[in-house]
Amino acid sequence: MNLDFSPTDLAFRDEVRSFIAEAYPADVRAKQESGADLTKEDYLAWHKILGAKGWSAPSWPVEFGGTGWTPVQKFIFAEELAFAGTVPILPFGMNMVAPVIQAFGTEEQKARHLPPILKGDVWWCQGYSEPGAGSDLASLTTRAVRDGDHYIVNGQKTWTTMAQFADWGFFLVRTDPAAKKQEGISFLLIDMKTPGVTVRPIITLDGAHEVNEVWLEDVRVPVENRVYEENKGWTCAKFLLAHERSGIAGVARSKRGLEKLRAVAANETEHGRPLMQDPYFARKMAELEIELLALEYTELRGLAREGEGKGPGPETSLLKIKGTEIQQRATELAMEAAGPYAAPHLLGADEPGDNALAIGPHHARGVADTYFNVRKTSIYGGSNEIQRNIIAKMVLGL
Amino acid sequence: MDFNFSDEQRMLRDSLSSLLADQYSFDARKAALASPEGWRPEIWRSLAQDLGVLGAALPEELGGMGGGPVDNLVVMEELGKALVVEPYLETVVMAAGLLKRIDSPLAAEAVGKIIAGELIAALAWGEPTSRYDASDVSTKAVKTAQGWTLNGRKAVVTAGPLAHQFIVTARTSGDQRDEAGISLFLVDKDAPGVVTRDYVTVDGRQASEIGLDGVTLDADALLGAEGEALPLVERVLDEARAALCAEAVGVMGQLVAQTLDYTRQRKQFGRPIAEFQVLQHRMVDMFVQHEQAISMTYMATLKLDLPAPERAKAVSAAKAFVGKALRFVGQNAVQTHGGIGLTTELALSHYFKRATMIETELGSVDYHLSRYQALAA
Repeated sequence: MNLDFSPTDLAFRDEVRSFIAEAYPADVRAKQESGADLTKEDYLAWHKILGAKGWSAPSWPVEFGGTGWTPVQKFIFAEELAFAGTVPILPFGMNMVAPVIQAFGTEEQKARHLPPILKGDVWWCQGYSEPGAGSDLASLTTRAVRDGDHYIVNGQKTWTTMAQFADWGFFLVRTDPAAKKQEGISFLLIDMKTPGVTVRPIITLDGAHEVNEVWLEDVRVPVENRVYEENKGWTCAKFLLAHERSGIAGVARSKRGLEKLRAVAANETEHGRPLMQDPYFARKMAELEIELLALEYTELRGLAREGEGKGPGPETSLLKIKGTEIQQRATELAMEAAGPYAAPHLLGADEPGDNALAIGPHHARGVADTYFNVRKTSIYGGSNEIQRNIIAKMVLGL
Repeated sequence: MDFNFSDEQRMLRDSLSSLLADQYSFDARKAALASPEGWRPEIWRSLAQDLGVLGAALPEELGGMGGGPVDNLVVMEELGKALVVEPYLETVVMAAGLLKRIDSPLAAEAVGKIIAGELIAALAWGEPTSRYDASDVSTKAVKTAQGWTLNGRKAVVTAGPLAHQFIVTARTSGDQRDEAGISLFLVDKDAPGVVTRDYVTVDGRQASEIGLDGVTLDADALLGAEGEALPLVERVLDEARAALCAEAVGVMGQLVAQTLDYTRQRKQFGRPIAEFQVLQHRMVDMFVQHEQAISMTYMATLKLDLPAPERAKAVSAAKAFVGKALRFVGQNAVQTHGGIGLTTELALSHYFKRATMIETELGSVDYHLSRYQALAA
C-alpha cells in the first residue's frame, strides 16, 4: 500500500496541466468568470478541443476512441480539469448513450453515432422520466407502435436536461403494453428534428432553463434506430444507470469548490474577525472537508479495484449518495458565507465598463441560485433513496 | 498508488484471524474477563511466539519482521473483529513504537522483550487534567547526582495493571502546557514511590491511575534528549490513533454484519424485519459509514510518515470521521436489534461498548476536529 504517484503519472499530470493552460478557450473562461450564460457553442468548444487531442473520452474502450489510460491517469485527468475549472463535457452522449451503443448497438449505429460524440459535434439528451414515471421508471407509458420499418411514438417525457440544444435523444418507450412492465420497453434513438417532437421549457426555482418537457406526437422513428432487441430496452437502461453513477461523486470539483470557499470565508468578516475564525463556521467547513476526504479515498479504493479489471458495481451508489450530499452541503455553506449578498437575484453578468453600484462581492453572485439548483443532485440519476434500495438489494443482499 | 496488501500482510491477517477464530470465542473472552487476571496471558504468548504478530510491525534490527503502519492496521483490524482485550495497542504500537526510535541499549533491549512477549509496557502520558493534550504535563522530573527524581500523577493508563514498565512523560523544564521541556522516562512498576490504583474499564479492559512520589531513577532511565520528547510522543500517539481507527473498522464491521444477520432472522408482523425499507436504509447508512471509515483508516495510515503537520491533519481527519461513524453504527446496531441489543448475553452490546470507548480514546471527535481545523487554516 502506498499513496505515491509514479514518475510516469507525475509526467502525465504535467502534460495535462500544460495542455489545459495552453488550449482552454479564453473567451469561454472570460464568460465563466463574469458569470455570463454559456451558449451551446461555448459548451461544445472545449469538448471539440479535447476531441481533436484524442482526450475527450477517457472512459471509453480504446477501440472506440478511448485514451487507454490507467485508472490513476483518469483520476489525474479529472482532477486537473476540475482544478482548472473547465466546462465539463456533458454526460448525455459521452457517458450515457455511448456506452449503451458500444455494448448493445449495431455496427452501423456505432459508426454513425460514436465519432460525432467523440468529437463534440452532436448534442444528446435523455428521454427517460415521464410525469407519471420518476423513481418507478419502468412504469413509463410513452408508446411506440410498429408501422412497417418505423415506430410511431406518442407520449411525454420530462426533466429532459438541455433538450433545447439537443440534436439527438435516447428514449425509453413501451413497445409491449401487455408484458410485465420491465419486459415491454425498447431503447430508441430519435433525431430531435423529426416532425412531432416538441421541446417546452421548464423553469426551475433558480430561474434557470435547464430542463424541459419533450412531447412526442406521432413521431416516426426508423426501426434501425432501436438499440438492442425490441422489448429488451430495460437491459440497456440498467446498464446505463450503472455508468451514469460512476464519476457522479464529483470529488475533484467539490475539492476545488471547498478550497475557494475556505478562501472566501477567510476574507469575509464577522464579529470583526474572518468568518473562517468563527468556530461554528469553521467546524462546518472542517466536517465537510473531512467528509470529502472520506469520499475521495473511497473512490480511490474503487479505482484500484477497477484497475484489477473489476468494473463499476453497485457500490457506485455510495459515491452518488455521498458525492451529492457533499455538493449540496457546499452550496449551503457558500450561501452562508455570502451573508446578506446571497439575496440579490442576478441573471447574467454586468456589462463591461458599467458604472452602476456594484452588487456585492463576486463570490456571492448567484450563490443562492446555485444552492436551489443543486437540490436536483439528490433527485436525479436515481434518487438517493433509490440508491439506498440498490445498495440494500445488490450489496447487502436484503 | 496502491491499496493492496502485500503477501506477507495477507498471511499475517490470515494466521491471526484463524488463531482468533479458533481460540478467542465470545465465551472464552467472557470467561477471561471474569477471571482474576482479567485477560489471557496465554494468548499473548501465542501472538508473540507462535505467530510472531508482536514483531510484525517492528524493525528487523530489533528482532521484528520489518513491517510498518500497514501491518499495525492489519493486526488491529483483526483484534477489533474479535474484541481482543490484550494490550497490542499499548505495548506494541505505543510503547515499542516509541522505544524503537530511542537510541539506547535499554530501549533496544525492551523492544526485544516486547517482541518476545516477555515485557508489557504502557505509555503514561495523560494526567488528571490533561484530557487529550499530551503537552499538558505537570509531573516533574528533577536531575539529581545519581539520575532523576519524579513526582506527579498519571491518569487512565490503559494496560497499566498488566504492565511491568511505564514510559512516563515528565516535565524537566517549563510550565504545565509548554511544548518544550517534556522528557520521557522508563519506570519500573515496582520501583519505590510508584503507587498504582487499578480498575477495569467499561469495555472490559484494565487501566491504572499512577502516583509518582519521589521515584528515583538512574541517569539512563531518560529516553532520548532531555526536554525534547513531545514531537516523538505526538508521532506515536498519531500512530496509535491510526491503529485505533483500524480496530474501529474491525469493530464496526462486526456491528454491521451482526445487525444484517439479526434482521434476516427476526420476524415481526409476519416477516423478517430486514424487509422493512426504513431498516434497510438505516443499514445502508451503517454500511456506508463503515466503508468510508475503512477509506479514512487507509488514508491516515499511509500518511503517518509525512511531515508532522500533514500527518497530524490526516490522522485527526480520520479519527474525527471514525469517531462519528462509531457512534452512528453502534447506536443504530443496538436500535435495530431492539431490546435484545441491550443485553449482556449478546456479543453485540460488547462491541457497542468498545465502539463507544474508541470514539473518545486518544481524542474525541471535537478534539480532532479542532486539531484538524487549526492545521487546515
